[in-house]
Amino acid sequence: MSQEEQPLKEKQEEAPPERRSLLQRIFVRRSRRSAILVPILAVFTALVIGAVIILISTPAVITAWRNFLSAPGEALSLTWITVRDAYFTLFQGAFGSPADIVAGFQAWVKSGDSKALREALRPFSESLTISTPYIFAGLGVALGFQGNLFNIGAEGQIFIGGIVSVFVGYSISGLPMIIHLPLALLAGILAGAVWGAIPGFLKARTGAHEVINTIMMNYIAFRLTDFLLSGPMARPDGLPITPEIKPSAYLPLLFGQPMRVHWGFILALGAAFVVYWFLWKTPLGMEIRMTGQNLHAARYAGVSISVIIVLTMALSGALAGLAGTNQVLGVDHRLVRAFSTGYGFDSISLALLGNSHPFGVVLASLLFGFLRGGAARMQSVAGVPVEIIRIIQGLIIVFVAAPEIIRSLYRLKEVKKTGPVVAQTTEQS
Amino acid sequence: MPPVLELRGVTKTFPGVLANDHIDLTLNEGEILALLGENGAGKTTLMNVLYGLYSPDEGEIFIRGEKVSIHSPHNAIDLGVGMVHQHFMLVPVFTVTENVMLGVESTKAGVFLDRAVVAERIREISKRFGLKVDPDTRVEDLSVGAQQRVEIIKVLYREANILIFDEPTAVLTPQEVDDLFVVIRSLVEQGKSLIFITHKLNEVMSIADRIMVLRNGKMVGTTTPEQATEASLACMMVGREVLLEVEKKPAQPGEVVLEVRDLCVRDDRHLLAVKGVSFQVKAGEVLGVAGVQGNGQTELVEALTGLRKVESGQVTIVGHDTTTASPREITESGSAHVPEDRLRDGLVLTLSVADNLVLNTYYQAPFSKGMALQPEEINKAARERVEQFDVRTPSTSVPVSNLSGGNQQKVIVAREFSRPIKLLIASQPTRGLDVGSIEYIHKRIIQKRDEGCAVLLVSPELEEVMSLSDRIAVVFEGKILDIMPAEQATREKLGLLMAGVQESVQEAAAV
Repeated sequence: MSQEEQPLKEKQEEAPPERRSLLQRIFVRRSRRSAILVPILAVFTALVIGAVIILISTPAVITAWRNFLSAPGEALSLTWITVRDAYFTLFQGAFGSPADIVAGFQAWVKSGDSKALREALRPFSESLTISTPYIFAGLGVALGFQGNLFNIGAEGQIFIGGIVSVFVGYSISGLPMIIHLPLALLAGILAGAVWGAIPGFLKARTGAHEVINTIMMNYIAFRLTDFLLSGPMARPDGLPITPEIKPSAYLPLLFGQPMRVHWGFILALGAAFVVYWFLWKTPLGMEIRMTGQNLHAARYAGVSISVIIVLTMALSGALAGLAGTNQVLGVDHRLVRAFSTGYGFDSISLALLGNSHPFGVVLASLLFGFLRGGAARMQSVAGVPVEIIRIIQGLIIVFVAAPEIIRSLYRLKEVKKTGPVVAQTTEQS
Repeated sequence: MPPVLELRGVTKTFPGVLANDHIDLTLNEGEILALLGENGAGKTTLMNVLYGLYSPDEGEIFIRGEKVSIHSPHNAIDLGVGMVHQHFMLVPVFTVTENVMLGVESTKAGVFLDRAVVAERIREISKRFGLKVDPDTRVEDLSVGAQQRVEIIKVLYREANILIFDEPTAVLTPQEVDDLFVVIRSLVEQGKSLIFITHKLNEVMSIADRIMVLRNGKMVGTTTPEQATEASLACMMVGREVLLEVEKKPAQPGEVVLEVRDLCVRDDRHLLAVKGVSFQVKAGEVLGVAGVQGNGQTELVEALTGLRKVESGQVTIVGHDTTTASPREITESGSAHVPEDRLRDGLVLTLSVADNLVLNTYYQAPFSKGMALQPEEINKAARERVEQFDVRTPSTSVPVSNLSGGNQQKVIVAREFSRPIKLLIASQPTRGLDVGSIEYIHKRIIQKRDEGCAVLLVSPELEEVMSLSDRIAVVFEGKILDIMPAEQATREKLGLLMAGVQESVQEAAAV
């Protein structure tokens, strides 16, 4: 006993403060690393599984493997070539062909004519264009998540934001762009905010769950758009399409045709910074996070919960509404039926994938944008169906939603909080 | 004969914490071993290692001389180790029988649950050990004490020989504690061996055969109730001399700060929980509210702090009517609130220590300027308060969930006490805290009183109310039965009032 006591005493006297801070630092770093590592590994794993699916859905590969015993080399090389071609064309479809880009760049440097370069970068621009509404809507859902509110209504808010912006865009004429464009943007923001605030208000007032009500608001938004397109807002010739907006309400292109990427993309990146700043650097943002983390403590601290719930939902709706606005002002310049192909629903996954952090959402949106951008070329050139990309997207979400799969697959050590506290908090909940 | 249980050199580290440092422990047959230590000393971690919830980094476990490794609670149960948790693991809508059989269901013909057999065994067990429980009652209809008996039956049903009680008295009334001790003695008489985790000194002295004291994850010594005194145990736990009594000068009451008139408040089930309560608290005095938990104290405090709607009556703080004021208005009127449940109301666990230190002042200067928070100011203030209130934390930027219970409470106290306040409403300010932290928080409360702050102290711990208060009010079923100067209060007198016995209101209490 006395033998043991001696060294123990020494340790006790000198060690604790320094050791604690050192371990703390390692712990913090590890937890951050894991927050980044899991999504990256999720993407990688999904691509590997996607490759397997591509292989088993390619008849030639299956035949080659049937003859594996007689011609093993052929089976292996065909496997390699199939996967390589699929993902290479995916890459080309998403970013453009490296050779074309280099050639275009040389032509630009030599002659000052950027046309070839712009043409070569067109796939890249397309991917960014697809990413833009993802970023807006994803930010909206993520902001809701920070306040512990599940805004499933992003899709409906996109429709409402889009239709109101389109109306402002085509019905008013004679305004200079500097007034017309902000006006159209603002109209979309406000419309989305109102559409989001309604379920927020219902929750704050009556306790009605926002998941149900945002879903219901989606249906109202879809049918309302259908109605408006079939009559009041239809084109004079009666087609269910709105008239084209005035050029003064266009979100201008960033680089000119044929690159469709427009200022909406810059706006989306700006929105991500604003959301970050708002949530972490302002008192109101702190109130949203407090309410999201612990409603009781927020009430205790003097936060007006009802106001925060309505505000969070309104802001979430405003961002989602901007996604719709962005599409009509930047890409379509009019509104057609089903103009949003599920951006709002995908954005829920994106918020999850981005860990509800604005910058995470941007990265996740870019990933999805590039995957979707490349999918078309993969289908036309390599003959791999677009649906494969959907499967890969789905797998990524599953792996991020259930990080245990990834952790056990790659033997990542689970990040634990200090033991006694874990026991306490889990029991509390 | 080898000891029933032996731990050798058990070590467990968590990121940032050495929770158990080479701990040796032996438990003999038919013995009650008390494991004493402050919160965060590593008691619960050690028991979770033994119960298979954590795997130790180093060390060996022997049961009846045989080396074992315990991977899961299931494993532990197979080895005869059972745990009665501090927070009950029961399904409220199930009956006692169903709760007991959950996980070890007996069946008829392989598919149908056989409740009768289990109920019979429960009756047997409850008779044998004096655990009064009706197997057919639903758990949600049982008192806290009875629910704990169900937990004990669950463990006995699984034929455990080594029983671990994790802070079993934390949720019990004094009478229920006495009942529990009777049960514990009968368990030991019938050959069970017990480990009793606690930080309450009087309990250790009355129940334990042997006492082991843990401090900072290390075993600091073993003693027996015969050799030890409460003071010597406190000293072992904390590592220095501890004042168990609070030193204070006579109060110098000033003008009325809090005035409550005919206050009625409803609880969550819309029943009247506070029934026409009137009292005053003056500057420079502590009014203690004693009473068994659940007699309207929670609702009273929530109504005073704006967290619960007042049904009727009036609340005045420094001359302002705050009956319908919001929590923020009440906070800004110069009152501070140490909430009953710090994890629920007092802290946002995922936010940093610094953020929690400005949880209700973040929007004011200097912590906010215009639209933006001022992180430098917040961190500067946090560092000062951490220093001033001796909060043990690796830094002010770690989530407050990383701190021990005592230090979490110090964060709340630091936040509330460092504002210029005229009224302090403290609800169970030392609930679940260790001796060192209790001593510290008591000292701070008295210091606030001496600075001229009016203090309303609500606590079910009679000792706490008696040692801190200048006047004591006793609540029973939502009414104040009596308010008396602390000098006139005796344990017996208060105890009777807490049970609702008082001539003038006996009829009312009986309703």
